[in-house]
Amino acid sequence: MTRRGWFSGVMLVLGLIFLYVPIASMVVYSFNASRLVTVWDAAHSPTLKWYGVLFSDGQVLHAAWLSLRVALSASTISSVLGLMAGIALARFGPFRGRSLLLGMTTAPIVMPEVISGLSLLLLFIALERAVGWPHGMGMSTLILGHVSFCMAYVTVVIQSRLAGFDQSLEEAAMDLGARPVRVFWAITLPLILPAVVSGWLLSFTLSWDDLVISEFVAGPGSSTLPMVIFSKVRLGVSPDVNALATIMVSIVATGVVVAAVWMRRRQRRSERDAQLAAAANL
Amino acid sequence: MGGSNRARRWVVGVPTLWLVLLFLIPFLVVLKISFSVARLSIPPYAPLLVLRHGWPMLKVHLSSYAYLLTNPLYLRSYLYSLQVAAICTVLCLLIGYPMAYAIAHAGAWRNVLLMLIVLPFWTSFLLRVYAWIGLLQNNGLINHVLISLGLISHPLVMLQTDFSLYVGIVYSYLPFMILPLYSNLEKHDPALLEAASDLGARPFAAFLRITLPQSLPGIAAGSLLVFIPAVGEYVIPTLLGRTDQIMIGRVLSNEFFENRNWPLASAVAVVVLLMLVVPIVLLQRVERRELEAE
Repeated sequence: MTRRGWFSGVMLVLGLIFLYVPIASMVVYSFNASRLVTVWDAAHSPTLKWYGVLFSDGQVLHAAWLSLRVALSASTISSVLGLMAGIALARFGPFRGRSLLLGMTTAPIVMPEVISGLSLLLLFIALERAVGWPHGMGMSTLILGHVSFCMAYVTVVIQSRLAGFDQSLEEAAMDLGARPVRVFWAITLPLILPAVVSGWLLSFTLSWDDLVISEFVAGPGSSTLPMVIFSKVRLGVSPDVNALATIMVSIVATGVVVAAVWMRRRQRRSERDAQLAAAANL
Repeated sequence: MGGSNRARRWVVGVPTLWLVLLFLIPFLVVLKISFSVARLSIPPYAPLLVLRHGWPMLKVHLSSYAYLLTNPLYLRSYLYSLQVAAICTVLCLLIGYPMAYAIAHAGAWRNVLLMLIVLPFWTSFLLRVYAWIGLLQNNGLINHVLISLGLISHPLVMLQTDFSLYVGIVYSYLPFMILPLYSNLEKHDPALLEAASDLGARPFAAFLRITLPQSLPGIAAGSLLVFIPAVGEYVIPTLLGRTDQIMIGRVLSNEFFENRNWPLASAVAVVVLLMLVVPIVLLQRVERRELEAE
C-alpha cells in the first residue's frame, strides 16, 4: 500500500463512523429508561417503554397511515412516469422537446424544496380559484406534490440503467419482425426491471420522508409522519422519536439485505443463462 | 425504436405534460405573484390584471423586490446562505474525495462499501438530523465523553452554532458528493498511473497531475449537487442552526406562513432561483457530458 492509499483508507473508515454514529446512538438510546436522552439509566434499562409510548400515540399512528398511503400512490405514479421519461431520453434519440424533458427531470433533484413547495401550493390555490379543484389541500395535493420530485429520481435511475445496456437485443428482435411495443414488454422491461424496482423503492422512501414540500401542500388537518416528528423535535428531544427511528432503520436494513440477495440471485441466474447459451452455440 | 409513432408520442408526451403542469407552470405562478402587493383579501395579494374604464390593465408592482434589496436583513440572509453552502461544499469535497477514492480502489469490497454510503440515504433524513441534537447538546453524548475523559471541565456549546449547522449539512449531503466522484474515479485507467510511476513520478505528483485533473467532472457534479440544495436548506438550520442569523429558506417560509406576505415570499423565491440559475445550468451541462461519455 502506498501512503496515499493509507490516507484515503483511514478517511473512509472515519467517514463511515461519522455516517453511522448518529443512527447507532438513536438505536441504543431508544432502549434507555431515562427521559434525559443522553443519560443511561442502568437500573431500568434496557426497556421497551418508549415503544409503548409511541404505539399509544394516536397522532403518530394516524400520520403514519396517511404517509403510507401517500407514499404508495406517489411512488407508483412516479415509477410509471419516470419509466416513460427514462425510455424516451435513453432510447428515442434526438426528438423535439428532448432538452425540455431532460431539464425538467434533472432540476427537481437539486431545486431547494422551499421553492418547489411554495410554487406547488400557489399553483393549487390558483387552480382551486379558477376551476374549483383541488377542493382544499390534503392527500391528493400531497401525492401530486411528491410525484414531481420522485419521478425525477426514477428517470435518472432508468436512464442510466438503459445507457449501460447495448441495444443489440432490442434491434435483433426488431430485425426478426417484432413490433416495438412487443419488444418493450418482452425484452426492454425485463432487462430494466431491477431499475424500476429500485426506482419505486427510492420514490417510496423520498415521499415517506418528505417534510418541506408536505408542509406547504398538506393543508390544515392532514399531517404526514415527518410533519408530526418535526413539530415534536422542534420542542426538544423526545425519546419516543428514537424508538420510531429504530423501527424505521430496522425495516430499511432488512429491506436492503433482502433486495441485495434478490439482485445477486437474479444476476447469477442471468450469467448462468448466458453461459449456457454460449455453450449451446459452440 | 422507430415504427409505432403513436406509442412514442405517448411515452414522450405524458411525462412532459405532467412536468410542465406541475413543475414549470408553478414557477410562473410564483413569478406572477412576486409582482403583486400584499393586501387583506382572499387570496392575500392584489390582482395583476385590473379593469379600468372597461379596459384590462396590467398593474405590475416592484415593491417586493425593492423591499428585498433595500432591507439589509434580507441581503445578509442571502449572503449567509451562500457562505454556509460554499463552506459545506468544500468540507464535503475534502471528506468525500478520499472516501470515494478509497472505495474506487477497494476491489471486491466496492459494492458493500457503496451500499454503506447509500444506506443512510434510505433512512429518514429528518431523524438523522434530529440524532445530532442528542449528540451535540450541552448535556449530550459528545460533551459527556469529553468531560469523562477529562479533556474539558465545562460542556462546549455546540448546538445552535455555525459548527452544528455545518455538521448537519455535511452529514446529510455527503453521499451526494461521494457518488458522482466514485463513478468518475472508478473509470480511470490504472495504466496511466503505472506509466507515471515507471517514469519516476512520486505517487502524490502523479495524483496531482493525472488523477485530479481527470476527476474534475466528478468534482463539479458532486459540488453542485451539494451546493444548490444547501443554499435553500430549511430543516437543518431550523433544528441545528443559529437563532440570531437565519438562512434564506427559513426567511421564505416565515414570510409566507407567519407574515402571510405572499408577494414578498414569492420575490424571495425568485431571487434565490436567479442566484441558482448558473449553477443549475452548469450541473446539467456536466451531467449531460458524463452521460454521453459512457
